[in-house]
Amino acid sequence: MTALLSLTDMEVRFGAAESMASAVDSVSLEVKSGEIFGIVGESGCGKSTLANAVMGLLPGAAHVDGSAKLQNREVLGLDEKSLRALRGDEMSMIFQDASASLDPTWPVGDQIAETIRAHRKVSRREAKQQAIDLMTEVGIPDAASRYGDAPHRLSGGMRQRIVIAAALANQPKLLIADEPTTALDVTIQAQVLQLIRRLRDDHGTTVVLITHDLGVVAEICDRVGVMYAGQLVEVADTADLFAAPRHPYTRALLAASPGVPTESRRLATIPGQVPAPSDQIPGCRFQERCPRRLETCMTTPHREPVFPNEVACWNPEPLPAGMASPTDLLGEK
Amino acid sequence: MTSRLRFVIRRLLLTIPVLLVMSIIVFLIIRLVPGDPVRTMLGFRATAENVEQVRHELGLDRPIVTQYFDFLGGLLRGDLGTDIVSHASLADLLAQRLPVTFELTGLAMLIAVLVGVPLGVRAATGGRWIKRATEGFVVLGVSIPDFWLGIMLVLVFASTLVLLPPSGYVPFEVAPLDNLRYMALPVLTLAVGEAAYILRTTRSAVESVMTRPFVGFLRAKGVSESRIVFGHALRNAAPSIVTVIGIQVGVLLGGAIIIETLFALPGVGRLVVTAINQRNYPTVQVGVLAIAAIFILVSLVTDLVVGWLDPRVSDGAAT
Amino acid sequence: MTATIVAPATPQRRSKRASNNAVLAGAIILGLLALVAIFAPLLAPHDPETVVADQVLGAPSLEHPFGSDALGRDVLSRVMFGLRVSLLVSLAAVLVSTAIAVPLGLLAGYFGGLTDTAISRVLDMVLVLPALLLAITFIAILGPGSTVAALAIAVIYLPILARVMRSSTLVVTRNDYVLGARARGAGHLRVLIGHVAPNALGPVIVQASVLSAFALQLEAALSFLGLGTQPPTPSLGGMLSDGRDVLSQAPWVEIFPGLTIVVAVLSFTLLGEGLRRAFDPKGVAA
Repeated sequence: MTALLSLTDMEVRFGAAESMASAVDSVSLEVKSGEIFGIVGESGCGKSTLANAVMGLLPGAAHVDGSAKLQNREVLGLDEKSLRALRGDEMSMIFQDASASLDPTWPVGDQIAETIRAHRKVSRREAKQQAIDLMTEVGIPDAASRYGDAPHRLSGGMRQRIVIAAALANQPKLLIADEPTTALDVTIQAQVLQLIRRLRDDHGTTVVLITHDLGVVAEICDRVGVMYAGQLVEVADTADLFAAPRHPYTRALLAASPGVPTESRRLATIPGQVPAPSDQIPGCRFQERCPRRLETCMTTPHREPVFPNEVACWNPEPLPAGMASPTDLLGEK
Repeated sequence: MTSRLRFVIRRLLLTIPVLLVMSIIVFLIIRLVPGDPVRTMLGFRATAENVEQVRHELGLDRPIVTQYFDFLGGLLRGDLGTDIVSHASLADLLAQRLPVTFELTGLAMLIAVLVGVPLGVRAATGGRWIKRATEGFVVLGVSIPDFWLGIMLVLVFASTLVLLPPSGYVPFEVAPLDNLRYMALPVLTLAVGEAAYILRTTRSAVESVMTRPFVGFLRAKGVSESRIVFGHALRNAAPSIVTVIGIQVGVLLGGAIIIETLFALPGVGRLVVTAINQRNYPTVQVGVLAIAAIFILVSLVTDLVVGWLDPRVSDGAAT
Repeated sequence: MTATIVAPATPQRRSKRASNNAVLAGAIILGLLALVAIFAPLLAPHDPETVVADQVLGAPSLEHPFGSDALGRDVLSRVMFGLRVSLLVSLAAVLVSTAIAVPLGLLAGYFGGLTDTAISRVLDMVLVLPALLLAITFIAILGPGSTVAALAIAVIYLPILARVMRSSTLVVTRNDYVLGARARGAGHLRVLIGHVAPNALGPVIVQASVLSAFALQLEAALSFLGLGTQPPTPSLGGMLSDGRDVLSQAPWVEIFPGLTIVVAVLSFTLLGEGLRRAFDPKGVAA
């Protein structure tokens, strides 16, 4: 399969000072067409910043370097007009709190029709009909009569469905979902995840799903990237990652959330603290908390480009017998 | 829709006690005057019979509860009594004076909204230059007392440039153009300060909406920035702006009292001021009543409009 | 959680510094104006009430920097004495209002329930009329004069200040140290005076300084209408009213008293807005 989204050396810094360390630090990765790719990490690890950088939604104070290509087209550095043409059409994004994502004063249906009319020359009536069809598709019963409802009249799960319908109204190639279920009840969470998977299956939409919740990853992601303190530390197929985590951080993360995949849990049981973006750390940013630390880790960051089943670590967990990885030779010294 | 209807009815019912409180305040004006109000009204040269006669005409010799219900009954029948000085019917007097006050405050508010809202939006979303300029306008507009601004406008436009009359009034139906010429300076005087308040409110309301998460989602949908500002931010800011406009109508009615005096406009405000200086209490009562009633009515309309603009308010849901 | 991660620190620091500058500028100008007002009898070059026939409508000169009015009185001296009256009336009004509003708001916010409802409803009655109309009604009953004007302004501000005190009391009362004090068995009075009141006062002080600006304008407006300070006592509003007839011949009679009001109001506003930004970032004092 070909790469729909490929990021190379993505770097995001806030503020002008050169000394300000990156919120996102040289992240490279490829998301294949049609897959659901999870990005997992603790809050503040830079996963949301990375997503917003790809969408061109960061505030003006942010400096973004590197390259992000959507279907081989560079999206970083595009002017606002071209970006706007892409957003909501070729790529869409949904956010954590659906209630906050909808304009409280607008009827929900109009907020879907708005995406259509922002990109297609269609009549109001046509846009409305399409919006109602979309509402039906995302599982809103009696869609035509709910079209005119204000957001506060819908339940949280229904609002998230509206948000998804609005984001997918123009059948974008890429959907970035930033913690789409965190604000929802557990039972509703599962339904919304099912919906995202079904829409991917029906339309071939590529999904980048950002979450702190390994349960969500296990439930729907095909592959997953783990981020720590602004860096991508491991990328693997979901099954492999759960079966045999290579990076010590990934392992700690898994150990800290035993209830996978039913219960979401904050990852608070790893000893030590995440370094602040401004901390100047030579070497690996996980060194302080790492049980497998080597001399090298203290001085030299592991900056090998990360590709399938690779791990940015000088001393990764060994693979169990029977599983082979092209990076074994690199990892084991 | 039933919850909306319930909201409207509830709000209408809430107006009743407010009107009652207002009527009591107005009723008490004459009765709280220290000493003998009738004697104060008529002056010391009035004869004892004269005083007793006026006291009887005003009903001040009856028990106070009876007086209040007579007063209330009179109001409901539209019988507002007569002016002590001119002996004219106060209802007729009010009918003459009210249109002037309406024209003054209405035009001033219209101009203030037409200037304040667009500038407020520009100030919220524009660059540093426009922010600084509007900030300066707001500080000055709020700090300059309206009557002094009026005097300075007269100095410039009437005394120096001789473009507009310094004071006076012609009814609109008599000579529309002259009416507007007389109204220009008073309206401008009132509008400047109002525009500053509305600008400031619009700016902060739009600014705060623009930081809300749904604006991020609108951008992610590819909606254009001008549509975000005018279709969504202004729409969400509308309830706060309307609320402030409603409150400012009260300020404007107060300002009209001063401005009518300054420009010799025969409105209700000038009626009240003149009546106070003449100790003409029945006329004071009617003038206060009229202005307060307009204010209460505007508050009612404002709340209904806000309820209509923000469905969460009329649904009784918390934000 | 999502987009806005690190708010750049600079604008915040800049607004902090700007608000400090505003407070400082407001305080300095107000201090100067207050000194002029207090020492007006010493500073004024002429007697403010002495009528000088050959000085009628004299243009500004070295002898009379602000000119002289229709009765030949020195405008500068009258502005100084007028400022004295205006500041006195408006500050007295705000102080009286605050002194009554603070205990009312404190009781309403601390005890809640019926106490709150009773206090709030009574205060709401004041808001039935527009502010200036209420002041005028008050004066219509009690007759014109500085004292009545001050009282009228105080009454207008009572519900506003009490409401601010009430809401900040509500916030403070929920704090742990208040609950702790109650748990240690401290009486209501002790908790109110010792713990709640000192911590809840900030927004009220901010609001009071903002209102002082309006009080000054209101005093001038009432005197302008002939309902506040009565002649021959000079007041800024009264001077503006007197000078209207001679506006075209002697504009200085109108310009200087008006400018004085604007500067005084501006400095109160600067001080109040600056204090608000410094002490009340969440905007309890609306």
